[in-house]
Amino acid sequence: MGTLPEPFAGWFAGRGWAPRPHQLALLDAARRGESALLIAPTGGGKTLAGFLPSLVDLHARPRPGLHTLYVSPLKALAVDIARNLMTPVEQMGLGLRIETRTGDTPANRRARQRQDPPQILLTTPESLALLLTLEDAPELFAGLGAVVVDEIHALAGTKRGDQLALGLARLATLVPGMRRVGLSATVAHPDPLRAYLSTTARPDDVALVVGAGGAEPQIDLLLPEGRLPWGGEMGLVTMPEVYRRIREAGVTIVFVNTRAQAELCFQALWRLNDDNLPIGLHHGSLTVEQRRKVEAAMAAGKLRAVVATASLDLGIDWGAVDQVVQVGAPKGVARLLQRIGRANHRMDEPSRAVLVPANRFEVVECIAARQAIGAQELDGDPPRPGGLDVLCQHILAVAVAGPFLPDDLYAEVRRAAPYSMLTRENFDDALRFVEDGGYALSNYDRFRRLFRDAEGRVHVRSNAVARQLRMNLGTIVDLPMLKVRLRGGPVLGEVEEWFVSSLTPGDAFIFAGQLLRFEGLDGLVALCSRASGGEPRVPVYGGSRMPLSTWLAARVRGILADPKAWKHLPEPVQEWLRLQRHLSTLPPKDGLLVETFPRGGKFFLLAYGFEGKLAHQTLGMLVTKRMERLGMAPLGYLATDYVMAAWSAFEPTGVERLFEEDLLGEELEEWMADSSMLRRSFRNIAIVAGLIEKNHPNQEKSRRQMTMSADLIYDVLRKHEPQHILLRATRQEAATGLTDVARIGLVLERARRGGIIHRALDRVSPLAVPSLIEKGREWVAGGAEDALLAEAAAMVEEVTEGAELFSETLAELTDHIPARGDRDRVRRPRDRARDNRRRLPWKAPKGLATPTS
Amino acid sequence: MIAAPIHLAGERLMLDPAGHVAWPAQKLLAVSDLHLEKGSHFAARGAMLPPYDTKETLERLGLALRRWRPQRLVLLGDSFHDATGCTRLSPGDAALLLRLLGGIEVVWVLGNHDPAPPVGLPGIAVAEWRLERLVFRHVAQPGATGELSGHFHPKATMPTRAGGVTRPCFVADAKRLLLPAFGAYTGGLDIADPAIARLFPRGGRAFLLGSGRLFSFPTGPLRHAAGAMA
Repeated sequence: MGTLPEPFAGWFAGRGWAPRPHQLALLDAARRGESALLIAPTGGGKTLAGFLPSLVDLHARPRPGLHTLYVSPLKALAVDIARNLMTPVEQMGLGLRIETRTGDTPANRRARQRQDPPQILLTTPESLALLLTLEDAPELFAGLGAVVVDEIHALAGTKRGDQLALGLARLATLVPGMRRVGLSATVAHPDPLRAYLSTTARPDDVALVVGAGGAEPQIDLLLPEGRLPWGGEMGLVTMPEVYRRIREAGVTIVFVNTRAQAELCFQALWRLNDDNLPIGLHHGSLTVEQRRKVEAAMAAGKLRAVVATASLDLGIDWGAVDQVVQVGAPKGVARLLQRIGRANHRMDEPSRAVLVPANRFEVVECIAARQAIGAQELDGDPPRPGGLDVLCQHILAVAVAGPFLPDDLYAEVRRAAPYSMLTRENFDDALRFVEDGGYALSNYDRFRRLFRDAEGRVHVRSNAVARQLRMNLGTIVDLPMLKVRLRGGPVLGEVEEWFVSSLTPGDAFIFAGQLLRFEGLDGLVALCSRASGGEPRVPVYGGSRMPLSTWLAARVRGILADPKAWKHLPEPVQEWLRLQRHLSTLPPKDGLLVETFPRGGKFFLLAYGFEGKLAHQTLGMLVTKRMERLGMAPLGYLATDYVMAAWSAFEPTGVERLFEEDLLGEELEEWMADSSMLRRSFRNIAIVAGLIEKNHPNQEKSRRQMTMSADLIYDVLRKHEPQHILLRATRQEAATGLTDVARIGLVLERARRGGIIHRALDRVSPLAVPSLIEKGREWVAGGAEDALLAEAAAMVEEVTEGAELFSETLAELTDHIPARGDRDRVRRPRDRARDNRRRLPWKAPKGLATPTS
Repeated sequence: MIAAPIHLAGERLMLDPAGHVAWPAQKLLAVSDLHLEKGSHFAARGAMLPPYDTKETLERLGLALRRWRPQRLVLLGDSFHDATGCTRLSPGDAALLLRLLGGIEVVWVLGNHDPAPPVGLPGIAVAEWRLERLVFRHVAQPGATGELSGHFHPKATMPTRAGGVTRPCFVADAKRLLLPAFGAYTGGLDIADPAIARLFPRGGRAFLLGSGRLFSFPTGPLRHAAGAMA
């Protein structure tokens, strides 16, 4: 193992530190010119390890020009690292220029960086992609020695990661000798990450350096005093104990699973906050300024606790966090570890974490996660192929930088691990899409964005194309959101448009830690005032929910099925499971437990799938469709992370027929194609691929309009060219884990191999209780929108007893013009009779609003 | 398909769930905002939308014509997405359109997207058109009665127990009828938007398009008030 040269050795010694073995190992790898992946827990001097070889090299051979590029998934992280790196660089008198370049960098500094680049540039995948579209990119990167990719585990496997991988492949073409360094938190499978980092897409070409594990985290389980809740997933009952923990510790991060949960926990903690502790709130829907304010207060030690969602999973190191509280089940082991690592970034002391399960199932999940961490077993998804939409964007970006030969680009792209298996057909289709949309009906010849010269090289048609690309570069697609503003006050943040559309003026809801009253819409702003009462709703955010990881689910099933493993569970949970064993049976480790029982005039059917809420939702749709066909008259269903519950008018018998694997056949495809899940996927793909613009030069197209058109385009394309590359990309996403179809397959496969255990009970079973009292959205059988509309329309008709003001009736009854507020006036029967008489000349419209045939 | 009858200025009209209106007494069919060639309009600006929108819209129009067999077809404006749209029709689409318009009287009400009469297509082009007590125009006028118009692409969200469901819709009161946009690539404007709500000061009724029927619900003046407050 090598040693450190001066002044580095002296700098370490002067601080009473010794370089850590993994820091020296990275230095060695760099001396051999090798790329390397460093896997180390937080607090191990990981970032410095990544930069050390560059600093040593620049000290040995000082030279101007870009030497090292650092890419992080977070702008804030890039800025923070720049600051932290400057300290040792200045103390050692290295005289280096270190700068950041992100979307926030002012234009004049960006221009200067192109003219006279710093030696170390810290940036994001998006800004790197933009740099690569510059015509002078080859000169800019000519002297590049190394790329450092931070939090690589959070990038690989995402679309941003795909884009970065393609950018790295491009860089490797521009600068063949360049080293790559990846910095990662502990992961289950390092090899896919090595492959991701490799210039050949093969893992063996990248050295693996594993830092010494930190002290094992100390994880406590916190249960509410008194009764352990049967259901619910908010964990609010335990807030008094959480508050006590906050009071006893220095600084606490309270992690929760959803933004709605964040709002509710924040409210609950403040209701208990007799000591007036400074407790903050942090989630992705708050404005950037608000989030920065909370982060700064946290860094300055002004906060005792912050309630946060995944928005704080990654990010700058605050050092002084004493404990992490996880409210609600952790859902995944790697994720939990990442969160726990946010406490105490000092490696040699154990991180302290407290798990707060919200219900009995979650207790089991928490125990399973704690055991997994103890056994140092992590979950993780296998790598998925790179998105075709990202490829489309990349092809255009390459063309914008300069002409290329398709054969060369295909070879280059395949050197990026996510695209190593890319077929030539898909590549050519992506290229054709970029050229003119790639439709079978080639109408758009004259509008081509690319053209080929005599040597077959591909050029962009015009500067307008380049401008358009640069404005729309990136793979982050926001959901259509509306700003929430206090009347005459500041913008509080953003909520999803559909949530606002479900509010009527006067409704109360909780947002940004405040009780608000919805007043009305003003363009893209939801106007609100402070509310004092009423039953508030909490915005729920689509897609913000992490599903239970497959791997953790298997551990949960393992514990449930094995009474010997129960000794680690709290007594009420053991009692609950004993009751279940006595009254029904335990869900098997393999196989599928299905219970049926009558209750409240309906029959319930519960399938213990353990594959996450999303998968169970889809499963519920498929199963109820089949129940309908078998004449069981299903009425509705709901899904939790653990079970799917459906209810029907008739007793379900022969339940094996409901879980046959052909469930995933045509019915699913048909439903999937029309599902909002696929529509959302398509919308994102269409935007990333460049079919729909996020931004257009000289024109602000409202996002509201864009969402609409994505749906319309989807419908037209599906009908007229179902094999178009963007639809193939959409289906590929659905099949590879971005949606949860694969996990339904797992349930059905277990059912087939392990068999279905059907228990026909005479009443609800103990395990069934948590899901049946779960509050949340329930779905109608079949999930059809039209059925919902019909029901709602009928309901309106029923409430108003058909005496709604309408059309000529209204005009002819002008003796009473309804004033604001009295449209809910209950009409007396005699009034109605009179109205009907007067309405006689008007033929009563059949089928107007009632679902007659 | 269950069409819903409504009465406008004493005339009985049938609202079709496919988004057009029939006036059986006059053997007339009205449809609005086809926005033909919107796809190619975007393609010219670099967004290569699927070039099937015109075909799709015309096929839908064909179904409507087969269903009602009218003698007159009134197009309520914005039939083409831009003034030169009719020159970009593919040969196939142009032939299909001519076939559809053959043998019937065609009235092109001009809209803001297509202010000039279409070239090479049958029919008359007018700023507005009257028959009996009804008037057909592109943009609704304040104070009008017996008016059919388009322009706004109305859509509405109906709350259901599984969240709001949004669909294009007709909006009507005793005086006027707003038609939804018929084109395959036409988006929508919420009827609570002041631009639409101010046309219905006493509220009205929205008819959301469904696959086989319409779903109607009253839109009270309160919704308008909420919009107007903003």
